[in-house]
Order: sequence, then structure tokens, then C-alpha cells
Amino acid sequence: MANQANGEVLLEISGIHKRFGGLHALSDVALSINKGEIYGLIGPNGAGKTTLFNVLTGLYQPDEGKFTFKGIDLFRKKPNVVVESGIARTFQNIRLFHNMTALENVMVGRHVRTRANVLGAVFRDPKTRAEEAGIHERAQSLLDYVGIRKHGGEFAKNLSYGDQRRLEIARALATDPQLLALDEPAAGMNPKETDDLKKLMEKIRNDGVTILLIEHDVKLMMGLCDRIAVLDYGKKIAEGVPEEVKNNPRVIEAYLGASPD
Amino acid sequence: MLANIKQSKPAAYAGMAIFAVVLAVLPFVMGATLGNTWVRNLDLAMLYIMLALGLNIVVGYAGLLDLGYIAFYAVGAYVYALLNSPHLVPMLSGTGFEWLLHMPLLVVLPLAALLAGIFGVLLGSPTLKLRGDYLAIVTLGFGEIVRLFMNNLDRPINITNGPQGVNLIEPVSLFGHKFSQAITVFGIEFRSVHLYYYLFLALALLIIVVSIRLQSSRIGRAWVAIREDEIAAQAMGINTRNVKLLAFAMGASFGGVSGAMFASFQGFVSPESFILMESIVVLAMVVLGGMGHIPGVILGAILLFLTPEVLRDVVNPLQDKLIGERLVNPENLRMLLFGIALIFVMLVRPEGLWPSKQRKAEFHEDDDLKVKDAEKEAAHG
Ligand SMILES: Nc1ncnc2c1ncn2[C@@H]1O[C@H](COP(=O)(O)OP(=O)(O)O)[C@@H](O)[C@H]1O
Ligand SMILES: [Mg+2]
Repeated sequence: MANQANGEVLLEISGIHKRFGGLHALSDVALSINKGEIYGLIGPNGAGKTTLFNVLTGLYQPDEGKFTFKGIDLFRKKPNVVVESGIARTFQNIRLFHNMTALENVMVGRHVRTRANVLGAVFRDPKTRAEEAGIHERAQSLLDYVGIRKHGGEFAKNLSYGDQRRLEIARALATDPQLLALDEPAAGMNPKETDDLKKLMEKIRNDGVTILLIEHDVKLMMGLCDRIAVLDYGKKIAEGVPEEVKNNPRVIEAYLGASPD
Repeated sequence: MLANIKQSKPAAYAGMAIFAVVLAVLPFVMGATLGNTWVRNLDLAMLYIMLALGLNIVVGYAGLLDLGYIAFYAVGAYVYALLNSPHLVPMLSGTGFEWLLHMPLLVVLPLAALLAGIFGVLLGSPTLKLRGDYLAIVTLGFGEIVRLFMNNLDRPINITNGPQGVNLIEPVSLFGHKFSQAITVFGIEFRSVHLYYYLFLALALLIIVVSIRLQSSRIGRAWVAIREDEIAAQAMGINTRNVKLLAFAMGASFGGVSGAMFASFQGFVSPESFILMESIVVLAMVVLGGMGHIPGVILGAILLFLTPEVLRDVVNPLQDKLIGERLVNPENLRMLLFGIALIFVMLVRPEGLWPSKQRKAEFHEDDDLKVKDAEKEAAHG
């Protein structure tokens, strides 16, 4: 895959620390993601990948460090501020609004880009009605975009596993992100579904959204990512294009538990 | 009702028209068949419908368990009572604040709603991080605190008149007509209870419309999203703090409106009307009827309000006839039936008597989720 990154930095973190009691879940983590790339994050279970996602999306407050996005300081900002700035995510353990329809789930994603207040909701002035119609239309087209339009009226929990993953992506895209962070989106998918997902991610990137991706499927990552960073015990131990990372002795050690020589 | 206008239009309009006629003649039919107490009961039922719809916003939509809801009813009631009775006259006379007294209804009602809404935010802000049992305990405490204030704010300055309550509250006066006086239109005599009925009906309809519109707006979706999964709602960029406070404020303001109407209707308020049991009854109306579903909540309010009234009318005459003496106090029977009904509903229909499709699905999600989990396991393995 050609490196599409044009060198413009979108997200930059440095010196990020996150501790849970005695556990140092993230230790001096730094990375910078360029606009337009698919940036992979790998590492053994418990390495701190999800924790880093939680820090990047404001769900966890980091203890120290720097965090800027498009030059805006997002260090210890609330999730809604982060989303408003243009970062959206999915969850490793799917977190949909189970008892809302697929369409409503995506409509919730538009919340942050819409303005109607109580008065608008109650009086339904033309502006609010237009906004609501826009939300509906956009949600429909996003369901279409991820390929689950026909399930729009079903409760999210009744969707198949793969479709739930897609719905989470559609819901995240509804917030108009510039950076989409996907936490193990292919987990539990069969090869066919994984392949479709790969195509979807490429489509999303080609439509101008930068992707930060956690995945275990090495083959998928090698074929998809422009750059990959490796976390182990909360530390970044390697970073580079897939070929480099694959052959990095420290990475091999982290994965196999063997000494490099 | 209003929620399902979507069917074929002529049929829907015909249904609405019939329904409107039924509502319009209801107090007269009730008065003629069951007597005047029942028209009064009808009025009170309307107040409970408004209350239950307000609590439904907090508990049903946003999923925040509130056990102190009656406090907002109390705030509304005291706002109306103090501004429309002789009680504060000595205190305010000569201070330049006399204009506060006897304001028109269209000013007092929004004021009651606003003040109750502010109390809603006051209750909401310290509880934002709490859920479930913890939230229930704190809100319960809040409800009691408000009641205790009403009970004790007769010293050092007599604001609430303490346990004696506020008396001689003026009835509503609308378009220059005092609701305490009967009015005859087209040869039909509308008495005070009738006038209040139409006023309460109008307010209840207003609250229903507002509820429906909020529910199907971006705000309503945000409430439900928080109820479903607060973390995911945050990750979608919802400012959960503001949206929750809004739920508290909206619910409280409905409570405030019904409280104000209660005060004018009764002509008297005292802290005794706002005990914990009242909060629990309103909560039971919401839960029993069907949380988050407006028709269900209305049904719950009607059922729970009317049961004791029916018992009062039925049990004593029945006992007199059958056994010649009164062994069972209808008031006690009411609590017994109440408890049995709740247990029954929790066991058999935890989603309530008339739930929304959504809620029904939620309460039977175990069945689906087990299958889903099995699928997930298989997929992982
Ligand atoms: N909220 C939390 N409280 C305590 N420990 C946590 C919390 N979240 C994550 N951890 C710990 O941090 C470490 C990293 O976890 P995680 O980020 O989920 O790893 P990964 O996603 O790479 O598998 C683990 O040891 C995990 O137990
Ligand atoms: Mg993880």
C-alpha cells in the first residue's frame, strides 16, 4: 500500500502516562498521526492499546503528557470536546444503544453536529425541522455507506455481529470525524467479513478520514496500514512501515516472549 | 392517542374526534352517574397524569431513578400558594414587592415551572456521577429535605407557615372569571370542578405534546442514549452533564405546573401532601404503566389514582351488606393491593402494562442476548 500520508500532522501526543493504582498502563507514549494515513496500533493483550484509545477520546484522563489534534490542545478534555474537535471511535466490546434501532443509533451520532434546543424541539420551527430531516437523511446514507441500510429499522441488538461492528462505524462517522479510531473492528469476524471490512476502511480513508486502527490480524494490518506502532507493557517499542515493524527484533520478542538472540 | 396518528388519516381523525368528544363530556357523564366526588377525582387524576409524565422524562427517558420527585410538586404548590394567599401580605406590604401577589395565571404557571426547574437542576448537579441505587438514595434525601424546609420555614421569618400550611389560596382566575364560581354557557352549568377539569385537561394535553416532541428530537434521543449506555453516549459527543440536567429540569417543571394547579384546586397546602409515599406512588405509576411510553404512563397514573377511590366507594358498602360490620379499612386494603399489583407486574410484565416496543424488547433482552453471546463465543473460538 502506497504511503498516502502527505506529511501533515493531524494528531500528536507525547509523554503520555496513565496509571491505575500501581499499574503503569501507559508509560511515556508518543506518536504522531499524519493526515490521510491508516495508522496501526498493535501489541499483546493488556499492552495498553485500548487504554490509549480511552485517553485519546477523553474517557480516561491521562496523568501527564501532551495531546494536540489539528493543533488544538485536547489534554484532559471531556469526551464531547474531543468528538467535537473531530475524533470518533468504536469500542472493542461493541457498545451500541441496543434498544434503539440501527437508524436511531446513527442519528445519535449526529447530536454533536446539530443544535436544536428544547424550544426548537417543542415548537418545531422550520429550522429545527430542516435539521431533523437532515439528521435522518444523513443517518440513512451512512447506513447505506457501511452496507446495512436494509437493517435500519431493526433494534441494534438484533443485528448480526458483523453488522453491529459496521453500525458502530456508521455511528462514529455520523459525528463527521477527521480521525476515526477503530478498536479491533475485525474481532470475531470470518475471513469474508474481514475482507469486506478492509474494503470499507479503505473507502473511508479514500473519502478523507484518517484511521487509527487496533487489530490483531497481522495479515490485515500489513496489507492495510501505512505505519504501525507497537505497544508492549504500556511502552511504545517500535514504529514504522509494516515491513520494518515485522522484522524488528523487539517486536518479535514481545510477541513470542523470546530473547532476540 | 396522539402518538399513533400515523394510521390512515381519515380513520385517525375520526378516532381523534370521538376521543375529543368523550373527553369533553366525561365530567358530566361521571357527575350524572357516579356523583360529584367523581368529577373531583377526575380533576385529581389529571394532576397525577401531569406528574407522572414529568417523572417519565427523568426515569423513563433518561433512566435516572428519582425518588424525591414530589419535591418539585411541592415547589410548584408553594409558589402558587404563597403568591395567591393572604399569608405573605403582611410581610410584603410596604416593601414595594406587592406586585408579586396575585399575578395572572399565565405568569404564575411559567414561574412555578421555572422555579421547579431550577430546583431540578439543584438536585441534578450533585448527583450527576451517581446511578441506580445511589442516585435513588440521594434523590430520596432531597425530597425529604424540601419537605422539611416547608415544615420548618415558619421561623425565624414565617415564610411557609410550617406544619399548619398555607390556607385561603385563591382559585384560578382566567379571562376575568374566578373558577370558584359556576358559569352558565348555552344553558349548561359549568361548576368549579368542571372548569378545573378543562383547565387540567388542557395542561395535560400540553404536557403530552411537549413530551412527544421532546422524545422524537435530538434531545430525546440523547436521553435514551444515556439510559442505554452512558459511556457510549459520551463517546458520541453528548454532553451527558447538560443533557441529564435538562432531563431533571424538564421533569421538575412539569411537576411544578401540576403542583401549582394542585394548590389552587385545593385552596390549601401543607407539607403533609408531599411525603415520600407520594414520590413512590408517582414512580409506581410510571413503572407500572410502562416507563418511557406516554400512553402507558397515563394508564398507570389513572389506574393507581383511581384504585383507592374505587375501593373507598366499594369496600365499605360491600362490607356493610355482606357482614354487617366494617372489618377492613379501605385505606389499608389500598396499600395491600398496591403492593400485590407491583409485585405481580415486576414478575409477569416488568416492562409495565403498556410498554413501548423498545422497552418491551429491553426487558426480554436476556433471551436474545444469550443467543448473541453464544454466537460471539463461537466466532471467537
Ligand atoms: N479502568 C481500568 N482500571 C484498572 N486497570 C485498567 C483499566 N483499564 C485498563 N486497565 C489495565 O490496563 C492494562 C492495559 O489494558 P488495555 O488497554 O485494555 O490493553 P489492550 O487493549 O492492549 O489489550 C491492563 O493491565 C488492564 O487490566
Ligand atoms: Mg483492547
